[in-house]
Order: sequence, then structure tokens, then C-alpha cells
Amino acid sequence: MTLWLIVWKSLRQHALSTIVTALSIALAGGLLMSVWTVKNQAQATFTGINEGFDAVLGARGSKLQLVLNSIFHLESSPGNLAWADYQDVAHNPNVELAVPIAVGDNYHGYRLVGTTEEYFSQVEYAPGEKFAVQPGGAFFDPARKEAVVGDFVARKMNLKVGDTFHPFHGLIFDEKSQHAETYVVTGILKPSNTPADRVIWTPLEGIQKMTGHDPKAATDVSAVLVKLKAGSAMAGFRMDMMYNKQGSRLTFAWPIGRVVAELFDKIGWFDKVLALVSYLVAVVATASILASIYNSMNERRREIAILRALGARRTTLFAAILLESASISALGMMAAFLVYGAIVSVVAHIMRAQTGVVIDPFKFNQMMVIAPVCLVLMGALAGIVPAIKAYRTAVAENLAPLS
Amino acid sequence: MMLLEVSQLKKSFHAPDGAVHCVVQIPQFGLAEKEHAALQGESGCGKTTFLHLIAGILKPDGGAIKIDGKEMSALREPVRDRLRATTIGYIFQVFNLLQGYTCLENVLLGMSFGPGMDRAFAQTLLQRVGLGHRLHHYPRQLSTGQQQRVAVARALANRPKLVLADEPTGNLDHKNARESLQLIREGCRENGAALLLVSHDREVLAQFENVREFAAINQAAHEQVQP
Repeated sequence: MTLWLIVWKSLRQHALSTIVTALSIALAGGLLMSVWTVKNQAQATFTGINEGFDAVLGARGSKLQLVLNSIFHLESSPGNLAWADYQDVAHNPNVELAVPIAVGDNYHGYRLVGTTEEYFSQVEYAPGEKFAVQPGGAFFDPARKEAVVGDFVARKMNLKVGDTFHPFHGLIFDEKSQHAETYVVTGILKPSNTPADRVIWTPLEGIQKMTGHDPKAATDVSAVLVKLKAGSAMAGFRMDMMYNKQGSRLTFAWPIGRVVAELFDKIGWFDKVLALVSYLVAVVATASILASIYNSMNERRREIAILRALGARRTTLFAAILLESASISALGMMAAFLVYGAIVSVVAHIMRAQTGVVIDPFKFNQMMVIAPVCLVLMGALAGIVPAIKAYRTAVAENLAPLS
Repeated sequence: MMLLEVSQLKKSFHAPDGAVHCVVQIPQFGLAEKEHAALQGESGCGKTTFLHLIAGILKPDGGAIKIDGKEMSALREPVRDRLRATTIGYIFQVFNLLQGYTCLENVLLGMSFGPGMDRAFAQTLLQRVGLGHRLHHYPRQLSTGQQQRVAVARALANRPKLVLADEPTGNLDHKNARESLQLIREGCRENGAALLLVSHDREVLAQFENVREFAAINQAAHEQVQP
């Protein structure tokens, strides 16, 4: 009780430095938790997303580019493959389902992806979860110029069932390259929290035969999404061997999760830099606690002497300073959760807008315990030097002048 | 029965030039339980040092100080701190109130290192010194006389057996000094505490039946010893 009273009074008496140092701890703690959460959740989410497929078959090129383009709807297509290649893989005994996709157009920057109705009827994008349209809508008729709009696009572009639009050529929006075709929105997808939410889905032929596209490539597809037969453990290896080692025309990106993990391996240095910056901010914030308390020790000497004269032990005052520095850190860590919430919410918003991948800022993770415990301990450690000064304060010298 | 017994007490200080100044050298001094005594002496004669030695704030170079039968200099510092908190009340010339604490908190804090906080008794004491309506005021919000009264209440908060008062009226005008002194003495009587007051103010000293000349008991007389 006495200790807390002394600490509380001291925090109040030095309110400005308490707030400033607590804010620096809040920033450090918020950064530490944010970097950790964004990195781990993003990696877990990205490597976990496969839209229900095991592999992607595409033109010869980078597996990562193929996966980013076909599954995450980012990056450009590495090239097309012939319809015969699609049929070939679709009839492979190891393959349960092969769904072709075609890309090459956009609507105000949101890409149009042409596919077959199997994508919606047979694919579970997550266990037990199939794509579905919101009430009042329907999937497109493959023979018509119709479109099903991802939830995110529908909200951003304010598209509703019955609306019409003209696609634009290319994957990057250019208002001069509008196609003449008019598409009708037949449905809005229910949110899936996957990259599919950021796409406008159209019949495959619609993309293939859009005016202005090369008629020679009218039957080509951009990629084939492949689901391997369950229980066929060697299927992926066999097909990897067939397309990547023995063949030289096509690329078989399998398994999708491992291909995406390679992306995180490549940008791992960036995480390390961010983590290092957060550690440095934590050290500087802790040092600021030390500096602020230490600098106030001169003005506290008289108070310490009075407390000692009243009977306070040296160890009591030592503990009071340690508790004060730990309390500043603890106060900062409370605010750190606000900083964390703000940072991760903004990152989550940007990530969803750019990739369709959703992370949950409020999902518990171990760093939410580790960071507060470590920073409070570091705060307490920062109090040791001023606490020693308090411990050594000479009582008589700092009371009233000798008569 | 003697409450305070001092024998062969000696305390010296080192000056910046290396010389050693003996400030206190008292062969014998005593104070009975509930006795009120005043020590008279000019400024700088070692009175405060003597009180600090009795309170255990300073450690003597030699000699013995017994309070309530316990030899102070033989005790470990934490025990001495505890003894000071439970047995001694100290009133300083400049009050030494904690500025960030209210009147009530100043008194409660004085209790906390001793037997523990007793809010009701703290309030009673502050009412007794006429500050019942200023419990939650901070020292800076009080007059000098009122601050001195808080210091008196704080000194009596642990029901000490010995109250040490160092020029307690030095910063007060005549009227406040008289009232303050009266409060200190009444408070000590009501709580059964002995009082040892040091002052150079003749008006204050005149109110004591037992006044001793500090120079007569202190043989140090500022003799300087070369290192």
C-alpha cells in the first residue's frame, strides 16, 4: 500500500515525463506486436490459401508468378497454354479436377477472370466452404456476357445485380482501352475472405473471345487450377517430374503453399529489419525511462531523505523506484495495445484491398503476452540505476541545513 | 525511568580541505519518559547533528545512544529505521512536508513505516491541530503556520515515545510560534511522549521548565583536528 502510494504520487508529480516515456513504450510494444502478428498471420494466411486446389499448371516460367497470378490474382500472367494442354491435364488419371482460367481484362483495376462453372460448383475454397452468391443473385450463364462480382469489388465499385459494365483491356486500368462488350452482373459472391473477393468472374469464353484479343489465342487459357485425387500421394511428384523435369513447355506449381512460402523466404530479410527496428525502439524507450527517472533524482533527493527520516528503509525506496519504472512500462504497454490495434487494422485494411487476404488484428497470439512481460521487465531493469541512487541517498545531507 | 540515555557520544565531519571537525562530543545526556526538555544553543553549534544522531539518521563515530532500553548504534540499519518509525517523532524547522501529498496523506505516510496507517487517528490528529477542514489540501495551499501544524500531527502519528523538535518555531511569527509550541507540548502530553526541543529563541525557551545549555553538555566546541 505504502509502496503503491509513493509510486502513484511520483508518477503524478512527474506526469509529463511519465506520459512521454509511457508513450515511447507504447510505440515500442505496439510495433513489436504488430510486426510479429502481421508477419506470422500474413505468412500463415498466404501459405494456407489455395482456393481449394493443389497445383497450378501454366506457361513455362516462375512458379511463384504463376501462383500469384492464378490464385492471388496479382502479378501478370507468365503466358498462355493451349486448350489441348488443359484437356491433357484434365484427363490425367492423377487429377480429380482441372479448372481453366483466363485473365487479361479489368474493370477499373479489378481484374476479370474467366472460368468455367465448375469453379463455383465443385470447388471448396476452404474445408466445407463453397463459393455462393448473395440472395437475389445467380451464377453466370457460360453462354452469355454475364459476371459474378467478388464481394470486395462490389462494395468498392458499388455494383449490384442487374448492373452492366464494359471491361477494359489489360490488367492495369486504362480508360482509353475500353472493350465494346457489355456485361451484366448476375450475382455478388458472398464474402470468402480470399483473393476471389477482389475479382469479377466471367465465363471463360468471354475473356477468350473479347474484341481486340488475338483470335489465334481464342482457345488458349492463362492457367489451369489442378486438384489432385485424394490419397494419391505420389501424384504431385509424378506430375512435377512430368511437366518440370521432363517437359520444357509448361510449369507445374505444386504444392501451392510451398511455392508461396518461398516468397516469404525471399522477403524474410525485410521482416528481420522490421523486427530489428522494433527491438531498437524498445531499447531506446527503456533507456528513456532510465534517463527520465535518473534526471529527476536530484529533485527527489529531499523527498527521499524525508521518507527515510520518517522511517522508510533504503530497500523500500529502492523497490519504489523499480516499481515506478516498471509501472511506466506497464502503463505504456496498456497503450501499446491501442497502437497495435491501430497499426494492424491499417495493415489488414491495406492487405485486404491489395490481395484479398484477411488477417484478424484481434486474434490472440503469444507476442501479446511476451512483449508486455519483456517490456515491463526491461522497464524494471531500467529503474535499477536510479534505484541505486535512491538507495544511497544520504539522509542528513538532504534534510534541512544543519544548525 | 530514563527513555533516552546518551554516553560518550562523538561525531565528526570531514571538511573539503581534509580537516576533521568534531561537532558533537557529549559525555552524558539523559531524558526521562514523558519529560519535556529544551536545549539552548546558537546556530551551528551541533544541535541538529545531535538530534539526527538520536534519531539514527546519522551514525555516531563513537559512544552509545539508548532509546527505550535499545542501543541504537548497535542495531542494523533496517532495525534502526523501524525503531525510528515506531518510537521517534521528528519535527523539522522547515517542516519537511512532502509537497505531492495532501495533509492527510503526509500524516498517513508517517504512520505507514511504523505500526501502519490508521486513517481515523490521522484525521483526529489533524482535527486536533485545527486542520480538520484542510485534510485534502496540499502543503503549498497552506499557510506556514498550518504547515507546521501538519508536521506536528505527522510527528505524533505513530504515538512515539520521544518527539524531537528542531527549531520548530524558527519559521513562524510570534503568534504562530506560541500556538505551535503549545500544540507540540499538548500533543506530547496527550500521547505520553517525551519532548526534546532545540532552539535559540529565548521566548520559546522561556516556556520550558527544563532548559539546558547545549554548549555545557557538548564538549566538542568545534575543535579542529588535523588529519
